Amino acid sequence: MKDQGNYRPLSYFQLMEISLRELLVEKGIVTDAQVDAEVEDMRRRGPERGARVVAKAWTDPDYKKRLLSNGTVACEELGLDIPALKLVVVENTPEVHNAIVCTLCSCYPRMLLGIPPDWYKSRNYRSRMVREPRAVLAEFGLVIGKEIQVRVHDSTADMRYLVLPMRPRGTEGWSEDRLAGLVTRDSMIGVALPDSPGKTA
Amino acid sequence: MIPAKFKTGDRVKVSKAYPVGHVRTPPEHVRTPYYIRGQVGEVERLCGNFPNPEKLAEMLSGLPALPLYRVRFRQNEVWPDYRGSDSDLLEVEIFQHWLEKP
Amino acid sequence: MSGRGPHDMGGLPAGKVERTEHDYADWERRVDALAVLLWGIKGAKKLMTVDELRKNIEALPPDAYEKMSYYERWVKSLSDTLIQRGVISAEELERKMADVEKRDSR
Repeated sequence: MKDQGNYRPLSYFQLMEISLRELLVEKGIVTDAQVDAEVEDMRRRGPERGARVVAKAWTDPDYKKRLLSNGTVACEELGLDIPALKLVVVENTPEVHNAIVCTLCSCYPRMLLGIPPDWYKSRNYRSRMVREPRAVLAEFGLVIGKEIQVRVHDSTADMRYLVLPMRPRGTEGWSEDRLAGLVTRDSMIGVALPDSPGKTA
Repeated sequence: MIPAKFKTGDRVKVSKAYPVGHVRTPPEHVRTPYYIRGQVGEVERLCGNFPNPEKLAEMLSGLPALPLYRVRFRQNEVWPDYRGSDSDLLEVEIFQHWLEKP
Repeated sequence: MSGRGPHDMGGLPAGKVERTEHDYADWERRVDALAVLLWGIKGAKKLMTVDELRKNIEALPPDAYEKMSYYERWVKSLSDTLIQRGVISAEELERKMADVEKRDSR
């Protein structure tokens, strides 16, 4: 399982990963096949899965009610497998903009959206998002008017959060698939708005 | 299962230090962030009962499961120099044993 | 230590958020995979909890926490956790790391 490309000596922690894995395989605790399968499993989890949930909520008001009431059950309704995920969906409205952070580590709805981006786990995001969210959002290019409430959720315990962004204007009559194409990972974290119709062909 | 002491709308205060009454040394691993300790907020909802992460980190079962709440705080009360809107909120999940009546 | 560990950074002053997004290296994905398997949520035998992973990351000295990358902290914590649990010994790990290094440099 050596990485392809030019040879570079393994770092101390790369040595540790290999060694730990080999010991666990030797002891019959995991197999290489299980590790490979799990790597592949995480690879196939990505923001497009969350986008499906958002698009359905945009087109089906009853689904949206169920989603806001119990995020986990509503995702499973769509056939999405989300082991152990306790999902809370928070809705953006004309009055409220939501954003998610985990100040203590990097809690994120991984089983739905996949592995979070580096910046979400960074010191600067984790430190500042609870204290000066509007400044951080502005750095992401999102300026929220003072008349809109910014609500930051710090995932400190067992729940994981997904922002349900507002449906962009100019999308009347769009299919769920087409709508899902506008929903970005960053809009479901709350540091961006979904794409607007003008952006896509 | 430990019964819930608080309900939606209740004002609660986050303990400043580890809750008094803990028998041994305070736990190494806690999930109540330093910045929110001592702050007063309002219960937004009871999330449910969950095993205590402080005990799970010590290889114990964490049972009986403890009530976990989402607690809502006003940003301009948490941070004296807060420069956003007065209506801005912060919501944090906090276990019952870290909460007391203000 | 219910004071303020190196991880407990909410509200501390910090710089501009750099929107870096590196494509995770294979070894990093394997660390992630190993953790998920050991937590027992994908059908493999549960051997540890995410809480222990966090505890051992939080126990890193502050300068180590800062210098180490995300998955370096994870792999160190996984090792510490499995040693604490008696699944592997520190000596075994050290020996194996020396062997792997020898193999790699051939």
